[in-house]
Amino acid sequence: MLEIKNLHARIDDHEILKGINLTIGAGEVHSIMGPNGSGKSTLASVLAGNEAFEVTEGEVLYNGQDLLAMAPEERAWAGIFLAFQYPVEIPGVSTTYFLKAAINAMRKSKGQPEIDANEFLNMAREKMKLVDLDDRLMTRAINEGFSGGEKKRNEVFQMAMLEPALAILDETDSGLDIDALKIVAKGVNSLRGKDRSFLVVTHYQRLLNYIVPDYVHVLVGGRIVRSGGKELAHELEANGYAGIAGAVEQPVG
Amino acid sequence: MIQTMTGKDAWLAEFEQFEAQSGKSPEWLRPVRKAAIASFTEFGFPTLRHEEWRFTNIAPIVNTAFERPNAEGARIDRNDLNRYRFSESDSNLFVVVNGRFDAALSGKGKRSDGVTVCSLADAMESHRSVVEANLARHASVRDNAFAALNTAFVEDGVFVHIPKNTVSTEPIHLLFVTTPAAGAIVTHPRLLVVAEENCQATIVETYAGLSETKYLTNSVAEFVLGENAIVDHYKVERESDAAYHMATRQLQLSRSSNMSSHTVSLGGGLVRNDVNAYFGGEGGNCMMNGLYVQRGSQHVDNHLRVDHAKPHCNSWEFYKGILDDESRAVFTGRIIVREGAQKTDAKQSNANLLLSNNALVDTKPQLEILADDVKCTHGATVGQLNDEAIFYLRTRGVSKDAARSLLIYAFAGESIGQVRVAPLRDRLQELLATRLAHGESLTFGRPYEYSDDFNEIVRNADRRRHTS
Ligand SMILES: Nc1ncnc2c1ncn2[C@@H]1O[C@H](COP(=O)(O)OP(=O)(O)OP(=O)(O)O)[C@@H](O)[C@H]1O
Ligand SMILES: [Mg+2]
Repeated sequence: MLEIKNLHARIDDHEILKGINLTIGAGEVHSIMGPNGSGKSTLASVLAGNEAFEVTEGEVLYNGQDLLAMAPEERAWAGIFLAFQYPVEIPGVSTTYFLKAAINAMRKSKGQPEIDANEFLNMAREKMKLVDLDDRLMTRAINEGFSGGEKKRNEVFQMAMLEPALAILDETDSGLDIDALKIVAKGVNSLRGKDRSFLVVTHYQRLLNYIVPDYVHVLVGGRIVRSGGKELAHELEANGYAGIAGAVEQPVG
Repeated sequence: MIQTMTGKDAWLAEFEQFEAQSGKSPEWLRPVRKAAIASFTEFGFPTLRHEEWRFTNIAPIVNTAFERPNAEGARIDRNDLNRYRFSESDSNLFVVVNGRFDAALSGKGKRSDGVTVCSLADAMESHRSVVEANLARHASVRDNAFAALNTAFVEDGVFVHIPKNTVSTEPIHLLFVTTPAAGAIVTHPRLLVVAEENCQATIVETYAGLSETKYLTNSVAEFVLGENAIVDHYKVERESDAAYHMATRQLQLSRSSNMSSHTVSLGGGLVRNDVNAYFGGEGGNCMMNGLYVQRGSQHVDNHLRVDHAKPHCNSWEFYKGILDDESRAVFTGRIIVREGAQKTDAKQSNANLLLSNNALVDTKPQLEILADDVKCTHGATVGQLNDEAIFYLRTRGVSKDAARSLLIYAFAGESIGQVRVAPLRDRLQELLATRLAHGESLTFGRPYEYSDDFNEIVRNADRRRHTS
């Protein structure tokens, strides 16, 4: 469903992604691990369409379509979702209003009518329960004054509301205590299915005990230096990135 | 007879002629006018060298040959006014056409709730003592060319009288329109609101041009609040984009009175709003809230002056601006805390959102604090739309245009959300859309919630209302 071929991207004069190759099939869960500054968020942002980054080489096909030619909202309509590492606070826009706008924009792109107010409320209540979010947050401005954990759970909540085909989670586990981590994992796992793929960016092997990936990739210095099964995460935990990056000369796709 | 004029001398000559003609105006008014024209003679029009006018060049006004509108008045179609209404009900709309109160287009002057709304010219006879005691007694004409000219040429406008202990629940909507004319018309509409002890009322002023012509609205309003009176005031300026709008709002508060005054500037090529609040008694509360939305080469200058002459008074100033294209905004917030005005709490904020690199804002607080036990806070921001927030919204499927509009609405919403007249609030949101590029891409509901800060203010004010 997603094919990344030799992707290079930079910001200003700074090359960050230096030839990423990665293929994700329908229903698969891939995890990307890597040290600070290795380009994990950049990859996630580029896939979601952040115009701050310039793609200098390579291509990305999403269901056979040229993903890089699509605007961020078009990617969203096509089923791509990014859970931000640092969710943005938006004063003055209530979460309810925002989500309704998002859902209706998605529906409009598919030629469907706007969501009925009751249907929306019931759905929102159900999904908030899934990630244990207080429904009072719905009336507050998006992420404004939310705790770190609330912000992350809000991302998963939005994902549950928007039901994407490819969800990219950028360190949704960082900064969470073990209970919150379990809640986030539960939210993600409940959405797993044969048509829904995940790209889970994480720093810590810990998350992968709860969201068990099909594949693990190690990103160092803007390249995927190693790929493997879930056991790779354990190896990383034991030896650290340095060992792995040093041991492998050629990036694997 | 109509005579064109430009520059100070021309206005003085015009005044002589005006005075000779206006034989039927009351005798007591003559010295008031004379004093006003004397002040104008002494100070003339301000230039950029004038401290209070440093960023606003009124040369286009000084150099225009204005004419007074035809005394017969203009016939206008009632339907032309529909777009300026915010509620269906006719009974609360009062219309001033080219500076003259139009009784035929207006609701009933003596309302069932005891409130009087009528022509100021009539009130000079029918309510002489109240009018004489208040008209031009509060808004200073000294070194203020436009207030002086308005006072010198004062003839008509609106008089609102809310008697003691009267609670008026329906908002009173005053609509001031200028009709299309061959030349540039100048009007000097005057508003006097006398809100007696323990009363409560809501007053909305709308200023509009019925065509996109050039004219000058030179308006002065005085709000005189008795003890414990509560007045909510909204001024919605929707003049033609070619028009000049010079306005002074004088807010006179007494002991324990509560006033909120909202200044919304949407139209007009060159606009100046002076809002002056004076606390004449302890325990007064005054909120001054402003929203300006500018595009093209519009220029708006908001000039606030709050005089904490007495202790234990609170003032809040929240002004927000959205500027596109080459538009320009000026904000000056002067807070004076007099000697002995202890326990003053004055808050001021001015936030600006620039949608274009060519838009410009000059904002500055001016604090003069002569008492020691006071709280005074102020802050000003000038910023652009947050790209990260736009990206965040787009990743959720909201289109770029809608994301931009949503953020702009959210910014304005913190101000619009403070409007307590629900139909007016909705109307303002619609109007905002018409003034913004891509405003139409947002058609659903309202994005904002009341800001917490405001909720606090409303709760406090409501508590006061209930305990008073
Ligand atoms: N806006 C930017 N301007 C300049 N450099 C940037 C910008 N964003 C990211 N970078 C740089 O690009 C590199 C990759 O950053 P990225 O955020 O993708 O790393 P990451 O793997 O997600 O790291 P972390 O684990 O800390 O989240 C870093 O060196 C970072 O400093
Ligand atoms: Mg990152």
